[in-house]
This record gives sequence, structure tokens and C-alpha cells, in this order.
Amino acid sequence: MHRLLDGRLNEKMLMLGNEAIARGALEAGVSFAASYPGTPSSEIALQFFQISRESDLYFEYSANEKVALEVAAGAAMCGLKTMVSMKHVGVNVASDALMTLAYTGITGALVLVAADDPFMFSSQNEQDSRYYAKLGNLPMLEPSSVNEAKEMAKYAFDLSEKLQLPIILRTTTRINHASGVVTLGHLPERKTRGSFIKDPFSYVCIPSVSRNLHPKLLDKIEKAAAISNSSTWNRIEGNGRLGIVCNGVSYGYVSDALQEFGIADQFRVLRVGFSHPFPDELVCNFLAGCEKVLVVEEGEPYMEDAVRNCAQQYGLMLPVNGKGERLFSRLYEYDPAEVKKVVASYFNIPHQPARSIEIEDLPAVPPRPPNLCPGCPHRATYVAVRAVLGDEAIYPTDIGCYTLGLLPPLSMGDFLIAMGAGLGTAGGFARATGRKVVAFIGDSTFFHSGLSPLASAVFNNHDFTLVILDNGTTAMTGHQPHPGANIRHLGLPLSPLSIEDVVVGLGVQKVITVNPFQYRKTLEAVQDVAAYRGVSVLIARAACPLYDRTIPGFKRKRPFYVNHEKCQNHRDCVTKVACPAFYVGNQGLEIDADRCTGCALCAQICPENAISPILNKEVTS
Amino acid sequence: MKTTRIMIVAVGGQGNILAARILGEAAVAAGIEVRMSEFHGMAQRGGVVESMVLLGDGKGYCISDGNADILLGFEPCETIRAAKKCGADSVVITNTATLPPFTVALGKDQYPDVDSATTLLSGRVKKLIAFDASSLALRAGSSLVLNMVMLGALAQSGVVNLPTELLQRIIREKTKKEFVNMNITAFEFGMQKAAGCL
Repeated sequence: MHRLLDGRLNEKMLMLGNEAIARGALEAGVSFAASYPGTPSSEIALQFFQISRESDLYFEYSANEKVALEVAAGAAMCGLKTMVSMKHVGVNVASDALMTLAYTGITGALVLVAADDPFMFSSQNEQDSRYYAKLGNLPMLEPSSVNEAKEMAKYAFDLSEKLQLPIILRTTTRINHASGVVTLGHLPERKTRGSFIKDPFSYVCIPSVSRNLHPKLLDKIEKAAAISNSSTWNRIEGNGRLGIVCNGVSYGYVSDALQEFGIADQFRVLRVGFSHPFPDELVCNFLAGCEKVLVVEEGEPYMEDAVRNCAQQYGLMLPVNGKGERLFSRLYEYDPAEVKKVVASYFNIPHQPARSIEIEDLPAVPPRPPNLCPGCPHRATYVAVRAVLGDEAIYPTDIGCYTLGLLPPLSMGDFLIAMGAGLGTAGGFARATGRKVVAFIGDSTFFHSGLSPLASAVFNNHDFTLVILDNGTTAMTGHQPHPGANIRHLGLPLSPLSIEDVVVGLGVQKVITVNPFQYRKTLEAVQDVAAYRGVSVLIARAACPLYDRTIPGFKRKRPFYVNHEKCQNHRDCVTKVACPAFYVGNQGLEIDADRCTGCALCAQICPENAISPILNKEVTS
Repeated sequence: MKTTRIMIVAVGGQGNILAARILGEAAVAAGIEVRMSEFHGMAQRGGVVESMVLLGDGKGYCISDGNADILLGFEPCETIRAAKKCGADSVVITNTATLPPFTVALGKDQYPDVDSATTLLSGRVKKLIAFDASSLALRAGSSLVLNMVMLGALAQSGVVNLPTELLQRIIREKTKKEFVNMNITAFEFGMQKAAGCL
């Protein structure tokens, strides 16, 4: 049985934040979940995917976050309890549907987990998703601990049902990827079948309908404000004159700092967990008892502005600060020591920060950047494209493992902003410069947001080459399936879509598919598509080696070795291919047989044919 | 209960997350409060993996510079990189067997001199235990059980309030059946090494 379906009532279980969120949803009776994976949210969907295979929970990996929200919205319109989970930038994709779903509302429940990534551990920006709640008039909850993440996820369903509105559960990486002890609650039966009652003049958002729905939404959000003002998620601790308003993980840092200072009685701390609608009345009462207030929140001054707004509303003149010089930053993740330091300096508390040992004279440590894996097919494709087009072409790229092609010596990646945008921007680069443009996109990203820009490029007669790096999975986030992935080995009755058929169906006239590990053929194919005027597509197809070895029946290929009698030390294998299975040994370049996947790319590039498969080595899978 | 902060650093694939999980599960079984967080951005692609395990009172999930009570380093380069987490009262337990980054393997970067680095470190922290844990893992049966060797050394050092028997029980309960015996052997090697018996 799945771990999250197991356990006795009130049992304590160590869980990852993302597991806790999934468990909270299960305790609320979630019956329908959908997601497109994205760090730091991916493990929420993973739990649902696994659980859906042994229960009546419905889960799907949708093609993108907008589709995930929409499919869940359909089910929620029929009275089901639904959850969608995504990373912060996924909310951008889903936002078009979300802003008007707020108008129709839902009849069941819909909880959207928006996982922010301060410091950008694995993201392209560190946008603060809290503004979506404000923008869309949607209630928002923000947990400060793993156990609270579970409790809030559960509560979010009740709130959604009560208000008939989607609810945003907003987390940060340090909650999603933290682990803590969770107290298990009751797991109810799921209601898996709903009914849809037609009401087009409430649900079909033509202007005349929406003009009625907008005031209804404002009524709902007013009700939500009353709930927020009395919510136990917004709680005041202490009754001193020094005020701190905080949220999320910052609350833990504040709490630990005050504990350490030993003067908690001088403070009054407001932890905001129900952060939209902002609990204005509660905050005003809080401010009235304070001399000065510090707002501690990662990201943008969302609460700081709201607190100032409250002070102005009630004519309070006390100082309210948060972001600024010698205060908190709008950048990156906070650190307990930084919070301690700012709290101490703002309130003039004597404080001796913990001292690190001397490290300046320790030897310099080489960086350990992530790299494309040994046997990664993307490397093979990049080597071939670079061999044909070098630095002459412009290479807009996209989001996935293959973004790592940016690193030298491959150096394939000139522009990257968002999912699908490598393909979207290609036509602009080509029109503006007249230069050859080669855009890269992964298979999962292609289905996520590559179809519309490709159709648009064909229609508008652009001139560029699109390389679809098809490794058969969503590799970067942990090998989730996507519409083009073959997952029949999991026994699921889903048929993969053919990328070729899609590309041809969108009107592309020049399409070639290659196995990038066949180097000569790939070179020819790159020359062929690059010479074509108009939109051409090269599909480079070979399995992700990390994923491949998890598939039943996987057979390991023979690893390769460097024959030192033949090697003339041209070093093309490292200066052009840069596979991390190579190292410098006593006799020169060597291949680590444990890391080599036997892809044979280097063997085809070596000018002396000095790289060959190990014949006598016992090969095991 | 006073907070004990354990920083675990490793390279992707060395089993850092599982080691942290064992400590966490042992704490739950012992009724000790536990909070952990992990950073594994692109671990499978050769990057650095960090885990922070906080036992006892408190609400935060991470460890600031100078604040680690214990630094457990599965690879010497990563131990040096994380040294700023240590203060004068910290205990450092580090593997001395290297796993050079790709750039070093190709001669583009220099790997630091491990001996001189550990000598410098040992004079600045309360205690430093440095040994070749990778060879002990191999002796126990597989390079994959390095994490258990390190946990054994941590248990023996006595700086964590988790009984050895409990840790062994959790290893038996929470690790893959086919690895349990090897894991326990590796754990014991780590203990013996830290006790100076190996």
C-alpha cells in the first residue's frame, strides 16, 4: 500500500513537505488531481500518480499547467474535490484560465498549489506568486511548516467548497523540500462521480454574464476577508510593543531568533498564514499595540505594502519597515542568521552572531556544476549541430536538461526565458538578423508549449530550424510521462502521440528524424535541414540513459576504452564531446567504465579510431 | 531539548538523502523533534547535494553559517566547501576519498590537497574525524553503502543523541531488503573506524 494511504489516525510520520500536501488533500477527500511537473512541486504529483494506480483517485500528467487547471476545473464544476500543483512559473501558464475561473467559481473544490522558488534553486526567475491571489481575487494560504502544509492543504478544500472559489496554496522550496513530522488525520471515502447542472448565464463568460459575475466574485472575496480576519491561520503571539509580521518559513526564523534573544515578552508577532484577503482588521488591532513593526517575508514587499495600507486606513503613524537598505532584501531565500541580524538591528537588541571558523586560507575548491550525463543523447545532437553551424547560427533554447548544453565546450544556448519560448523567439531572431537560427526544444516542452509557436512560424513563413530533442520523457523533473512518451511498460492504456505526425500536421514540409548517436547520419541531417529555406524540423530521438535503465528488459551496452597505442592525444573526445565519463589517467585520457553507457559517440568522433568497446568486460544490467 | 544541527554534504549518488532520512526516522522513533531540508538541484547530473537535519527545539528548517554542530562530509572537497557552516564547537566527520569534479578529471581545475585542508580544519573545530570511508564501503560490499559508513562514524562520535541500536533498527526497517546486511556491516565499519578500532 502507498505510504500516504497507510498509517493510523494520529500516528506521527516523517514526510517531505510535498508528501504532506498530498496527504492533506487525501484527508480532505481529493478525487481528481492533475499536474505538469516542475521543481519544487513535482513530488506532489508523484504521490497522486502512484496512488491513482492503486485506488479510485484520478490523476493525470497534463500537457501543461493550463490544461491541468482546466481539466481539474471541469471536474470541480461537477462537484468533485480537485487539486492542481505546479511551480510558480507554471502559474503564469495557467493564469489565463485561472483569472476567469475566479468569476465562474466552482461547485466542488479546487486547490491550486503554487510552489515558489526563492533563490532559484532550479528556476528561471523568482517571481512572487502571491500577487496572483490579489490579481485574481482568490483566497491564499501559506504554510510555515511541513505539518501545517498538510493541515492547510486539507483546510483549503473546505474553504474552496464553502466559498465556491479556487484556493491558492502558496509554498516555497524550503517547505516543499523540507521534511518534518506530520500527525495523520482521517482518510475519508472519495466522491469520484459528479454531476453538472447547466447554468450558462452563470458559467459562460460572455461580457453580459461576466458583468454579473465580477460583483459576485467581489462578494465572495469580502466573505473570505471576514474569514481571514478571524482565521486561526493568522495568529498573534505575545503582547509586547515591538511588532513583527511574518509568513511562511520566515516565521520559523523569527520565532527561533526571539527564543535565542530571550526577550520574547517584548515582542508581538503576527504570523500571517491566510494571506489573501489580507486580514486588515486583525492587522489594525495588532498595529495599535505596537511601537514599530518589522515585516519579514521573502520575495516582494507584499505584506509590507498591505500592513502600511492598514496603518493608513486607521490613521496609525507607527514605523512599518521590511525591505530596504540594512533591512531585508527582495532577493533570494532568507537565512536564519540574516533574519536574526536584521531583527536585532531594527529593534536595537545586542546580538552576537554565530561565528564561522576561519576559512580564507583553506584551499580553493573547484566548482561542481551539473552536467549532461554520460550517454546523454542531447550531447550527441549538440556536437553535430556545432560541427555544422558553429557560432554562425543563433541558438534560442528552452527549459529542461538540455539547457545544460549552454556550458562549454558545447556552448549551445543563446537565449532562454520560458517554456516554448526558444521556438517562439526563433522567428524574431531570424527576421531581425537574416542569420541562420536553430531553436532547441525537448519532447515534453514541445507538447507543453511548442505547438502554437510552431503553427505560427509555419503560417508566417519564418526561416529557422527547430531541433526537437526527444529523449522520451520529462527528464529534468524526474522522468514524468508526457503526451509523446511511451509508458506502456507501466500497464497504462495510453498511446504516445507521434511527434512526426504532429509536426507534419502543423504544416512543416521538411522533417527529418535521426538517432543522434549515429553521428555521420546526424551531421548529414543537420546539413539538410539547415539548408532548407522556411521552417524545418530535426527530431533527434534517443532515450534518456537515466530513464532507460529503469525500463524492464534494459540491457546495458558494453562500455568503451581508450586504446593508448592508437591515441594521438587530439583530445576531440574531451574538447568537443566533453562526456563526464572521461578522466586523465596515468597513460593519458581514460574512460570510467562504470560511468560509460556505451553510446559510442566519442568512438565516432576520435580521428584515430582509438576508442573501442571493452570486449572482455563482463557486462551486467 | 537543545537543538542539534547536522549538515550533510555529498555529491549526487552518494546517498546523502537516505542518510538524512535514517536520522530523521530515528528521531521520530525516539520521540525527538526533527526538521530537515534538502537541496538537490540537479543531483543526478553530478551536482552537490546538501541535507540539513535539525534535532530538538526550534522551528527553522535550515542551518546558517557558523551554526552546524556537526558537518558530515561524504567527499572531502564538499566538506571544505561547506566548512563555513562550522564554528569552533563543531565536530567534522569527513570521508577522505575523493570524487573529483569532471573539470578536475580532465585537468582543467585543481583538486585541493585533502591532507593539508583537514589539518587546517582540525585545528579550528572541536573535533575532526577524517578517514577513507569509500574503501570501507567497498569492503562492506559496495560503494553504494558509503552513507552507512558515515552514519556509523557519526553514531560512534557520540555527538548525536540517537542510540546506535536505534539507528541500526531503522536501517533494517527503512532500507532495501537486499541491502540491509551490507548496510549494517558498513555502519559497523564506520563505528569501528571512528572508535579507532579499524
